[in-house]
Amino acid sequence: MTSVAFPAKSRPAAIPVRQVLPWAIFGGLLLMLAIYFVGAEEGATSLIRGMYVHEFVHDGRHLLGFPCH
Amino acid sequence: MVGNLLLRGMLAGVLAGLICFCFLKAFGEPSVDRAIAFEAQMDDAKAKASMPGMDMPAAAPDEELVSRPVQAGLGLFTGVVVYSAAFGGLFALVFALAYGRMGALEARSVSALLAGMGFIAVYVLPSLKYPANPPSVGEPETIGMRTALYFAMIALSLASMIGASMLHRRLLARLGAWDAAVVAGAAYLVVVTVVALLLPSVNEVPAQFPAVVLWQFRIASLGAQLLMWTTIGLVFGRLAQQHLMAGTPRLGAAIRA
Repeated sequence: MTSVAFPAKSRPAAIPVRQVLPWAIFGGLLLMLAIYFVGAEEGATSLIRGMYVHEFVHDGRHLLGFPCH
Repeated sequence: MVGNLLLRGMLAGVLAGLICFCFLKAFGEPSVDRAIAFEAQMDDAKAKASMPGMDMPAAAPDEELVSRPVQAGLGLFTGVVVYSAAFGGLFALVFALAYGRMGALEARSVSALLAGMGFIAVYVLPSLKYPANPPSVGEPETIGMRTALYFAMIALSLASMIGASMLHRRLLARLGAWDAAVVAGAAYLVVVTVVALLLPSVNEVPAQFPAVVLWQFRIASLGAQLLMWTTIGLVFGRLAQQHLMAGTPRLGAAIRA
Protein backbone atom coordinates (compact mmCIF):
# COMPACT_ATOMS: atom_id res chain seq x y z
CA MET A 1 0.00 0.00 0.00
CA THR A 2 2.32 2.72 1.20
CA SER A 3 5.42 0.84 0.15
CA VAL A 4 5.89 3.49 -2.55
CA ALA A 5 6.11 6.19 0.09
CA PHE A 6 8.46 4.26 2.37
CA PRO A 7 10.59 2.13 0.08
CA ALA A 8 13.56 1.91 2.43
CA LYS A 9 11.69 0.64 5.52
CA SER A 10 10.64 -2.94 5.93
CA ARG A 11 7.02 -3.29 6.96
CA PRO A 12 6.56 -4.36 10.55
CA ALA A 13 5.08 -7.84 10.73
CA ALA A 14 1.42 -7.92 11.72
CA ILE A 15 0.31 -10.34 14.44
CA PRO A 16 -2.08 -12.93 12.94
CA VAL A 17 -5.69 -12.25 13.93
CA ARG A 18 -6.11 -15.86 15.06
CA GLN A 19 -3.40 -15.27 17.63
CA VAL A 20 -5.01 -12.07 18.94
CA LEU A 21 -8.60 -13.32 19.05
CA PRO A 22 -8.59 -15.47 22.22
CA TRP A 23 -6.85 -12.70 24.16
CA ALA A 24 -9.19 -10.10 22.72
CA ILE A 25 -12.30 -12.07 23.71
CA PHE A 26 -11.37 -13.18 27.23
CA GLY A 27 -9.16 -10.24 28.13
CA GLY A 28 -11.52 -7.76 26.55
CA LEU A 29 -14.51 -9.17 28.43
CA LEU A 30 -12.77 -9.06 31.81
CA LEU A 31 -11.44 -5.54 31.24
CA MET A 32 -14.83 -4.25 30.15
CA LEU A 33 -16.33 -5.79 33.28
CA ALA A 34 -13.80 -3.80 35.32
CA ILE A 35 -14.83 -0.60 33.55
CA TYR A 36 -18.48 -1.47 34.18
CA PHE A 37 -17.85 -1.78 37.91
CA VAL A 38 -16.15 1.62 38.03
CA GLY A 39 -18.60 3.28 35.68
CA ALA A 40 -22.09 1.91 36.14
CA GLU A 41 -22.54 -0.77 38.86
CA GLU A 42 -25.22 0.15 41.42
CA GLY A 43 -26.22 3.10 39.30
CA ALA A 44 -28.22 2.18 36.24
CA THR A 45 -27.96 -1.56 36.90
CA SER A 46 -26.92 -3.61 39.87
CA LEU A 47 -25.20 -6.98 40.11
CA ILE A 48 -24.39 -6.70 43.80
CA ARG A 49 -26.91 -5.70 46.47
CA GLY A 50 -26.46 -2.43 48.31
CA MET A 51 -24.71 0.76 47.31
CA TYR A 52 -21.21 0.12 48.55
CA VAL A 53 -19.44 -0.12 45.17
CA HIS A 54 -21.25 2.97 43.92
CA GLU A 55 -20.35 5.00 47.00
CA PHE A 56 -16.76 3.77 47.07
CA VAL A 57 -15.90 4.74 43.47
CA HIS A 58 -18.28 7.74 43.59
CA ASP A 59 -15.73 10.52 42.99
CA GLY A 60 -13.88 8.61 40.30
CA ARG A 61 -17.13 7.84 38.51
CA HIS A 62 -18.08 11.52 38.41
CA LEU A 63 -14.63 12.75 37.41
CA LEU A 64 -14.14 10.10 34.72
CA GLY A 65 -17.28 11.36 33.02
CA PHE A 66 -19.84 8.67 33.83
CA PRO A 67 -23.40 9.63 34.76
CA CYS A 68 -23.88 9.13 38.50
CA HIS A 69 -27.11 9.30 40.58
CA MET B 1 3.32 -12.27 22.27
CA VAL B 2 -0.22 -10.93 22.67
CA GLY B 3 -0.32 -11.83 26.36
CA ASN B 4 2.93 -9.98 26.89
CA LEU B 5 1.61 -6.91 25.06
CA LEU B 6 -1.57 -7.06 27.15
CA LEU B 7 0.50 -7.05 30.31
CA ARG B 8 2.56 -4.11 29.08
CA GLY B 9 -0.63 -2.24 28.20
CA MET B 10 -2.05 -2.74 31.67
CA LEU B 11 1.26 -1.64 33.17
CA ALA B 12 1.14 1.57 31.13
CA GLY B 13 -2.48 1.93 32.26
CA VAL B 14 -1.57 1.62 35.94
CA LEU B 15 1.12 4.27 35.54
CA ALA B 16 -1.37 6.53 33.73
CA GLY B 17 -3.86 5.89 36.55
CA LEU B 18 -1.37 6.98 39.20
CA ILE B 19 -0.70 10.22 37.31
CA CYS B 20 -4.44 10.79 36.80
CA PHE B 21 -5.14 10.20 40.48
CA CYS B 22 -2.63 12.90 41.51
CA PHE B 23 -4.07 15.26 38.92
CA LEU B 24 -7.68 14.68 39.99
CA LYS B 25 -6.79 14.88 43.66
CA ALA B 26 -5.33 18.35 43.03
CA PHE B 27 -7.69 19.72 40.38
CA GLY B 28 -10.84 17.60 40.47
CA GLU B 29 -11.67 17.11 44.13
CA PRO B 30 -12.05 20.83 44.98
CA SER B 31 -14.93 21.15 42.52
CA VAL B 32 -16.52 17.91 43.76
CA ASP B 33 -16.42 19.33 47.31
CA ARG B 34 -17.93 22.61 46.15
CA ALA B 35 -20.69 20.75 44.30
CA ILE B 36 -21.48 18.68 47.40
CA ALA B 37 -21.57 21.87 49.49
CA PHE B 38 -24.05 23.33 46.98
CA GLU B 39 -26.17 20.19 47.23
CA ALA B 40 -26.25 20.43 51.02
CA GLN B 41 -27.21 24.10 50.77
CA MET B 42 -30.11 23.28 48.46
CA ASP B 43 -31.29 20.47 50.75
CA ASP B 44 -31.15 22.93 53.67
CA ALA B 45 -33.17 25.52 51.81
CA LYS B 46 -35.73 22.93 50.77
CA ALA B 47 -36.13 21.63 54.33
CA LYS B 48 -36.58 25.14 55.69
CA ALA B 49 -39.12 26.02 53.01
CA SER B 50 -41.23 22.92 53.66
CA MET B 51 -41.19 23.31 57.44
CA PRO B 52 -41.26 27.00 58.34
CA GLY B 53 -40.87 27.72 62.04
CA MET B 54 -39.42 24.34 62.86
CA ASP B 55 -35.70 24.84 63.20
CA MET B 56 -34.71 21.33 62.23
CA PRO B 57 -31.08 20.41 61.80
CA ALA B 58 -31.78 20.47 58.08
CA ALA B 59 -32.65 17.09 56.62
CA ALA B 60 -30.38 14.77 58.52
CA PRO B 61 -27.93 13.73 55.81
CA ASP B 62 -28.62 10.19 54.70
CA GLU B 63 -26.37 7.71 56.42
CA GLU B 64 -22.94 7.67 54.90
CA LEU B 65 -21.93 4.27 53.59
CA VAL B 66 -18.47 5.49 52.66
CA SER B 67 -17.05 8.62 54.28
CA ARG B 68 -16.00 11.59 52.17
CA PRO B 69 -12.27 11.21 52.91
CA VAL B 70 -12.40 7.58 51.74
CA GLN B 71 -14.38 8.53 48.61
CA ALA B 72 -11.88 11.26 47.78
CA GLY B 73 -8.87 9.11 48.67
CA LEU B 74 -8.83 5.33 48.42
CA GLY B 75 -12.09 5.26 46.46
CA LEU B 76 -10.92 7.74 43.86
CA PHE B 77 -7.56 5.96 43.67
CA THR B 78 -9.15 2.54 43.12
CA GLY B 79 -11.68 3.81 40.57
CA VAL B 80 -9.14 5.72 38.51
CA VAL B 81 -6.42 3.05 38.57
CA VAL B 82 -8.79 0.18 37.74
CA TYR B 83 -10.37 2.21 34.92
CA SER B 84 -7.00 3.24 33.56
CA ALA B 85 -5.45 -0.25 33.80
CA ALA B 86 -8.49 -1.68 31.99
CA PHE B 87 -8.17 0.87 29.21
CA GLY B 88 -4.44 0.16 29.00
CA GLY B 89 -5.24 -3.52 28.47
CA LEU B 90 -7.95 -2.89 25.89
CA PHE B 91 -5.60 -0.46 24.18
CA ALA B 92 -2.91 -3.15 23.93
CA LEU B 93 -5.41 -5.54 22.32
CA VAL B 94 -6.38 -2.94 19.71
CA PHE B 95 -2.70 -2.24 19.16
CA ALA B 96 -2.04 -5.95 18.58
CA LEU B 97 -4.59 -5.87 15.75
CA ALA B 98 -3.45 -2.54 14.26
CA TYR B 99 0.32 -3.00 14.40
CA GLY B 100 1.71 -3.98 11.00
CA ARG B 101 -1.60 -3.08 9.38
CA MET B 102 -1.04 0.68 9.40
CA GLY B 103 1.46 1.03 6.59
CA ALA B 104 5.07 1.10 7.69
CA LEU B 105 4.40 2.86 11.00
CA GLU B 106 6.63 1.62 13.82
CA ALA B 107 5.26 0.54 17.20
CA ARG B 108 5.68 3.90 18.96
CA SER B 109 3.91 5.79 16.17
CA VAL B 110 1.06 3.25 15.99
CA SER B 111 0.61 3.54 19.76
CA ALA B 112 0.61 7.35 19.76
CA LEU B 113 -1.78 7.54 16.82
CA LEU B 114 -4.19 4.99 18.32
CA ALA B 115 -4.15 6.81 21.67
CA GLY B 116 -5.11 10.07 19.96
CA MET B 117 -7.92 8.34 18.09
CA GLY B 118 -9.09 6.59 21.27
CA PHE B 119 -9.11 9.82 23.26
CA ILE B 120 -11.26 11.51 20.62
CA ALA B 121 -13.61 8.57 20.04
CA VAL B 122 -14.04 7.34 23.62
CA TYR B 123 -13.95 10.58 25.57
CA VAL B 124 -13.94 13.87 23.64
CA LEU B 125 -16.86 13.31 21.27
CA PRO B 126 -19.15 11.51 23.76
CA SER B 127 -18.48 14.18 26.40
CA LEU B 128 -19.30 16.98 23.97
CA LYS B 129 -22.79 15.51 23.81
CA TYR B 130 -23.04 14.24 27.38
CA PRO B 131 -20.49 16.20 29.43
CA ALA B 132 -19.19 14.99 32.80
CA ASN B 133 -21.33 16.24 35.69
CA PRO B 134 -20.40 16.91 39.31
CA PRO B 135 -22.53 15.66 42.22
CA SER B 136 -25.95 17.37 42.53
CA VAL B 137 -26.28 17.72 38.75
CA GLY B 138 -28.66 15.08 37.38
CA GLU B 139 -31.98 13.66 38.53
CA PRO B 140 -31.70 10.29 40.29
CA GLU B 141 -34.78 9.06 38.38
CA THR B 142 -33.09 9.43 34.98
CA ILE B 143 -29.85 7.61 35.83
CA GLY B 144 -30.85 4.56 33.75
CA MET B 145 -31.59 6.60 30.66
CA ARG B 146 -28.52 8.83 31.05
CA THR B 147 -26.21 5.84 31.47
CA ALA B 148 -27.70 4.09 28.44
CA LEU B 149 -27.37 7.23 26.29
CA TYR B 150 -23.80 7.86 27.41
CA PHE B 151 -22.69 4.29 26.65
CA ALA B 152 -24.58 4.37 23.34
CA MET B 153 -22.79 7.56 22.39
CA ILE B 154 -19.41 5.99 23.19
CA ALA B 155 -20.27 2.84 21.23
CA LEU B 156 -21.48 4.79 18.19
CA SER B 157 -18.50 7.14 18.28
CA LEU B 158 -16.10 4.21 18.51
CA ALA B 159 -17.89 2.35 15.72
CA SER B 160 -17.67 5.47 13.55
CA MET B 161 -13.96 5.72 14.25
CA ILE B 162 -13.44 2.08 13.24
CA GLY B 163 -15.52 2.73 10.12
CA ALA B 164 -13.39 5.76 9.30
CA SER B 165 -10.23 3.66 9.67
CA MET B 166 -11.64 1.12 7.22
CA LEU B 167 -12.53 3.93 4.83
CA HIS B 168 -8.96 5.18 5.13
CA ARG B 169 -7.62 1.79 4.08
CA ARG B 170 -9.88 1.72 1.05
CA LEU B 171 -8.94 5.23 -0.09
CA LEU B 172 -5.23 4.73 0.49
CA ALA B 173 -4.31 3.54 -3.00
CA ARG B 174 -6.35 6.22 -4.74
CA LEU B 175 -5.67 9.31 -2.59
CA GLY B 176 -2.42 8.57 -0.77
CA ALA B 177 -2.03 8.37 3.01
CA TRP B 178 -2.51 12.08 3.83
CA ASP B 179 -5.59 12.85 1.75
CA ALA B 180 -7.18 9.54 2.71
CA ALA B 181 -6.72 10.48 6.39
CA VAL B 182 -8.29 13.92 5.83
CA VAL B 183 -11.31 12.39 4.08
CA ALA B 184 -11.69 9.63 6.70
CA GLY B 185 -11.41 12.18 9.52
CA ALA B 186 -14.05 14.38 7.94
CA ALA B 187 -16.33 11.36 7.45
CA TYR B 188 -15.94 10.48 11.14
CA LEU B 189 -16.87 14.01 12.21
CA VAL B 190 -19.92 14.14 9.95
CA VAL B 191 -21.22 10.78 11.19
CA VAL B 192 -20.74 11.53 14.92
CA THR B 193 -22.29 14.97 14.50
CA VAL B 194 -25.39 13.40 12.97
CA VAL B 195 -25.46 10.76 15.74
CA ALA B 196 -25.14 13.47 18.40
CA LEU B 197 -27.95 15.48 16.84
CA LEU B 198 -30.23 12.42 16.69
CA LEU B 199 -29.70 11.30 20.31
CA PRO B 200 -31.86 13.14 22.88
CA SER B 201 -30.28 15.92 24.89
CA VAL B 202 -29.94 15.84 28.66
CA ASN B 203 -29.82 19.05 30.63
CA GLU B 204 -30.36 18.61 34.34
CA VAL B 205 -28.12 21.34 35.73
CA PRO B 206 -29.98 23.06 38.61
CA ALA B 207 -30.74 26.70 37.79
CA GLN B 208 -28.62 28.13 40.63
CA PHE B 209 -25.67 25.78 40.19
CA PRO B 210 -22.46 27.88 40.08
CA ALA B 211 -21.17 28.00 36.48
CA VAL B 212 -17.56 28.27 37.62
CA VAL B 213 -17.74 25.00 39.56
CA LEU B 214 -19.29 23.25 36.56
CA TRP B 215 -16.53 24.55 34.27
CA GLN B 216 -13.74 23.62 36.70
CA PHE B 217 -15.18 20.15 37.16
CA ARG B 218 -15.48 19.47 33.44
CA ILE B 219 -12.07 20.88 32.59
CA ALA B 220 -10.53 18.69 35.33
CA SER B 221 -12.30 15.66 33.87
CA LEU B 222 -11.00 16.51 30.39
CA GLY B 223 -7.49 17.09 31.73
CA ALA B 224 -7.44 13.70 33.47
CA GLN B 225 -8.54 11.88 30.31
CA LEU B 226 -5.99 13.73 28.20
CA LEU B 227 -3.28 12.75 30.69
CA MET B 228 -4.43 9.16 30.76
CA TRP B 229 -4.53 8.66 26.99
CA THR B 230 -1.26 10.52 26.45
CA THR B 231 0.52 8.44 29.08
CA ILE B 232 -0.88 5.15 27.77
CA GLY B 233 -0.02 6.10 24.17
CA LEU B 234 3.55 7.12 24.88
CA VAL B 235 4.48 4.63 27.62
CA PHE B 236 2.87 1.63 25.94
CA GLY B 237 4.48 2.61 22.62
CA ARG B 238 7.88 2.47 24.23
CA LEU B 239 7.16 -0.81 26.06
CA ALA B 240 5.70 -2.43 22.93
CA GLN B 241 8.64 -1.30 20.82
CA GLN B 242 11.02 -2.97 23.29
CA HIS B 243 9.07 -6.21 23.17
CA LEU B 244 8.60 -6.32 19.40
CA MET B 245 12.22 -5.43 18.71
CA ALA B 246 13.57 -7.96 21.19
CA GLY B 247 13.35 -10.77 18.63
CA THR B 248 14.92 -8.96 15.68
CA PRO B 249 18.70 -8.55 15.61
CA ARG B 250 19.76 -4.94 15.98
CA LEU B 251 21.41 -3.22 13.05
CA GLY B 252 24.59 -2.63 15.05
CA ALA B 253 24.83 -6.27 16.05
CA ALA B 254 24.19 -7.36 12.48
CA ILE B 255 27.03 -5.19 11.16
CA ARG B 256 29.47 -6.35 13.82
CA ALA B 257 28.66 -9.98 13.20
